[in-house]
Amino acid sequence: MSALPTIFALSSGAPPAGVGLIRVSGPGAGAALQALAGRMPEPRRASLAKLRDAQGALLDAALVLWFPGPNSATGEDLAEFHCHGGRAVIAAVERALAALPGLRRAEPGEFTRRAFANGRIDLAEAEGLGDLLAAETELQRAAALANAGGALSRQVEAWREKVLALSAEVEGVLDFSDEEDAADLPECFTWNIAALAGELREWLARPRSERLGEGFRVVLAGPPNAGKSTLFNALVESEAAITSPIAGTTRDVIERAVAIGGVPFTFVDTAGLREGESGDAVEAIGIDRAKGELSRADLVLWLGPEGAGPQDAWEIAAQADRADFAPKTTAHFTLSAATGKGVGALKAALLDVARDALPRPGEAALNARQHARLSEATEALEGAKALSDPLLVAEELRRARLAFDRLIGRATTEDMLDTLFGRFCIGK
Amino acid sequence: MHQFDVLVIGGGHAGVEAACAAARMGARTGLVSFDLAAIGAMSCNPAIGGLGKGHLVREVDALDGVIGRAADAGAIHYRMLNRSKGSAVWGPRVQADRVRFKAAVQAMVRAQPNLALVEGEAAALVLKGGAVAGLELADGTILEAGRVILCTGTFLGGVLFRGEERVEGGRIGENAAKRLAQQLRGADLPMARLKTGTPPRLDGRTIDWAVLEEQPSDGEGWTMSPLTLARMNPQVFCAITRTTQAGHDVIRANLDRSPLFSGAIAAAGPRYCPSIEDKIHRFGDREGHQVFLEPEGLDTHMVYPNGISTSLPVDVQETVVRTMPGCARVEIVQPGYAVEYDHIDPRALTPDLQVRAIPGLYCAGQINGTTGYEEAAAQGLVAGLEAAAAALGKAAPRLDRANAYIAVMVDDLTLQGVTEPYRMLTARAEYRLRLRANNAATRLTGLGIEAGCVGEERRAWWERREELRAMFHVKHSERVHSRDLADLGLPVRRDHGEKPLAEWLRFDGVTPEALAPWLGELTACDPGLAEEMAEDAAYAPYLARQDAELRDLRASEALPLPADFPYAQVPGLSNEMVERLTSAAPGTLAAAGRVPGVTPAALSALLVHARRLADGQRAA
Ligand SMILES: Cc1cc2nc3c(=O)[nH]c(=O)nc-3n(C[C@H](O)[C@H](O)[C@H](O)COP(=O)(O)OP(=O)(O)OC[C@H]3O[C@@H](n4cnc5c(N)ncnc54)[C@H](O)[C@@H]3O)c2cc1C
Ligand SMILES: Nc1nc2c(ncn2[C@@H]2O[C@H](COP(=O)(O)OP(=O)(O)O)[C@@H](O)[C@H]2O)c(=O)[nH]1
Ligand SMILES: [Mg+2]
Repeated sequence: MSALPTIFALSSGAPPAGVGLIRVSGPGAGAALQALAGRMPEPRRASLAKLRDAQGALLDAALVLWFPGPNSATGEDLAEFHCHGGRAVIAAVERALAALPGLRRAEPGEFTRRAFANGRIDLAEAEGLGDLLAAETELQRAAALANAGGALSRQVEAWREKVLALSAEVEGVLDFSDEEDAADLPECFTWNIAALAGELREWLARPRSERLGEGFRVVLAGPPNAGKSTLFNALVESEAAITSPIAGTTRDVIERAVAIGGVPFTFVDTAGLREGESGDAVEAIGIDRAKGELSRADLVLWLGPEGAGPQDAWEIAAQADRADFAPKTTAHFTLSAATGKGVGALKAALLDVARDALPRPGEAALNARQHARLSEATEALEGAKALSDPLLVAEELRRARLAFDRLIGRATTEDMLDTLFGRFCIGK
Repeated sequence: MHQFDVLVIGGGHAGVEAACAAARMGARTGLVSFDLAAIGAMSCNPAIGGLGKGHLVREVDALDGVIGRAADAGAIHYRMLNRSKGSAVWGPRVQADRVRFKAAVQAMVRAQPNLALVEGEAAALVLKGGAVAGLELADGTILEAGRVILCTGTFLGGVLFRGEERVEGGRIGENAAKRLAQQLRGADLPMARLKTGTPPRLDGRTIDWAVLEEQPSDGEGWTMSPLTLARMNPQVFCAITRTTQAGHDVIRANLDRSPLFSGAIAAAGPRYCPSIEDKIHRFGDREGHQVFLEPEGLDTHMVYPNGISTSLPVDVQETVVRTMPGCARVEIVQPGYAVEYDHIDPRALTPDLQVRAIPGLYCAGQINGTTGYEEAAAQGLVAGLEAAAAALGKAAPRLDRANAYIAVMVDDLTLQGVTEPYRMLTARAEYRLRLRANNAATRLTGLGIEAGCVGEERRAWWERREELRAMFHVKHSERVHSRDLADLGLPVRRDHGEKPLAEWLRFDGVTPEALAPWLGELTACDPGLAEEMAEDAAYAPYLARQDAELRDLRASEALPLPADFPYAQVPGLSNEMVERLTSAAPGTLAAAGRVPGVTPAALSALLVHARRLADGQRAA
């Protein structure tokens, strides 16, 4: 049998950075540690070591850690080199590792895949880990952490137990109806299914985890010169830019992803829209051309004439510092992007609505795949609730169990795993 | 004739089906049993079928087995259990006259071409190079055969318990096959011990039937086998009585005299069929437990009190039964007892019921840890078909969890093993909606014909039926307007529009009979088929949903795991999982997923490892 190759990768962010963490996993991890550090450190104890390449050249003085399998993050022998984060140092250590026999660079997701394959984590946890590594804001990180920590898995397990108990009752009626004890379903049976279905519905109604990646989408709309771009700049300036995983789609708009107070936002300036004919320019530009943008928005800030904006948009009375300022009677906010007056209040209000619309910190959130499986389970339960034939009730309950199994990766197909693990950046 | 393709040891339900199936396949077959006159004997309750078990009977029958027709020949009481539920869980069950049943089995066995009956005790297997080469009888006779099927029931180390008494032997009055047992033990097969019990037999003349509630035979004319054209015997009543507080008190006072509680029997018994002392001990709060009084035959006064299996001492049994209404003066003809016996851990078998460690040796029936005539018969059929197919270079019918309860059972046994005597339950079948007792022929007879195990009579019956089915399909696709149905008084909205008949059949209250204006005389030609196809139509949306699931299943069935797969080398598998997987040696990744305790993560580890192994082999 061919042994698994030993893999390594830089698992912290791209250099230069304060510290570069290089992980090595597989049967050759111990030998690699020995080769570079010149000795084997005590397991699970950090210690300082001088790293040298095969020729004896000093590469770095680094913190090294040794986790013999199977009680390591990947379930295999695992070594960690916490090096100084300079580009040259990292490159040199990686070169030295690559030169060792049986070692190669990890493919995307390979560390997590090994952890999963070795039974260290289940599918939902693996997905959580993937999200965790991609997380750039505090909120994203907290939600991903909840999944990676098994919160969702535990919840699904609890649901599955409940459905199992319900199944047992129906199966009793089906297989032992000749005995008095199991003649009929208890009265609370349907009620119990309904209660569980209700609980699942609540989960389904919760914000999805992709929303964290996309951020809360705020679109600024209004006719030219309404002050959109100026307000856009005021909103995104001085905020930490984040790299939105969703590529900008519209050519006619500028969008910028920022984190405000740890909450991801995407602001969209409907810039570049050509002006229409003088009279009904508002109609032509503000509504029609940007319709697509507006419909994707979580919130529209309307800087145009009062009442002419889309429904549910916030009326913004902009450029309040100007002499010719025309106030709005129903303005959500009156502000001046030029002076900054009122912009802070707007931001605070945006933060409030965004927090409600995005998964709560620390709460496990569902991604699209998980959402689909959970929907299936919910539909099956709702189907069961509406049926009177215990045989069909049992079939629907079985379908619900199957959906739960799939959710946490039982009976999962290879392709799905491949796609899933292809998402990770190398080294995690 | 001392040369056979297949030899079957044991003339119980498993042995009979195994021998006849092998012979039907065309193998030169021998059936060896202690006492040829005992072939087809029912050791216990002369009832056949029931929930889950009725499915097995119909399936064995669909592959042209013996048990269904023999049950009809003996039947003196028919009852369709679960009639009020969906048809997929209906359980056809008959009470058979013990004598008539046995006579029918013997007649079929004797009429079976290719089958020789050999009276004697199988004493030892003849092995050559570790594989089976034949059988030695107690009188020294050697029979040659490359395939031997063990259907010896509880005769492996069986010990009988009744109160403080204990007797060696499987059934009252028979010997335990000791030499064979020693040989198997020597072969280091994994063995375990189970127990089962039987109630006392009562003299029907001493029961006051008049005070008891009667349960008549079903009025409908259904039979176990479609080849049985009509019911053959006069039908008798059963009666219902119950245990009483007074009886429970007696049992409680004597619990320490039951071998189950004194510690004499340590083996696990079936949870779903506990002894009366178990019931009182575990559900002491119940006022009484129902007991069915089932006549054992037309020419006997013996009555089987279903529900009070026991191993209490005889004097206690007597006191207890006399506390039941209608039984105040009842006489016990034969007291109840419990049997503890050895069985082979069925995980030592491959899906064709062959012992992995001894090529050519097959095991079927109670020896594999199951209980029940039907379970035994079904395994016998599988082993007989497989052994004959292997001997003749043919293929046995392809049974899987999606087309037969038989396969569900074999898969469960060989992958999960048993912790209590295994009994069929409909809950064990995940594709239950498609595995109905009344569509067994549709599912299996075609496969049987292809494999060559179905005789001329059934084949002709089946072909006629398939023609009819084709006609039903044409009719079912006819589009009919809701108005026309409503005009007939059917419960559908007038403005529902046009739909094929098949879809209308999904509506409550729309039956094949109600559609007579369109189906014409077709329904009358085969009411059973009409009903079956109406059910197919009704279940269609659920079945369609299962199709995707089945595709997934078959995809992972396509990833084979070799028998010597190095589970211990797969990282991340717990020792327990390695042990279980090694014992069960699942043939495919899908099968591995059904081994208990195997987690999703473990499955994907297996997947990765299996792929790597396969890649490595391709590269090498
Ligand atoms: C006490 C008791 C009560 C039961 N109650 C019920 C019940 O109510 N309902 C029910 O469905 N099931 C019941 N069962 C189970 C049922 O009897 C068995 O599961 C079923 O009969 C098993 O069939 P079999 O073919 O495997 O074995 P058996 O029917 O036991 O047949 C074994 C055959 O092998 C022969 N044999 C054994 N060793 C040798 C040898 N060395 N050489 C030659 N011949 C040999 C025997 O003579 C016998 O004919 C009961 C079993 C017992 C023991
Ligand atoms: N005094 C003042 N001028 C503003 C303010 N916002 C925008 N302007 C000016 O108004 C003009 C149009 O602004 P711009 O943001 O480009 O409008 P857009 O076409 O809606 O994007 C520019 O000349 C800005 O400098 C403001 O709050 N106060
Ligand atoms: Mg602009």
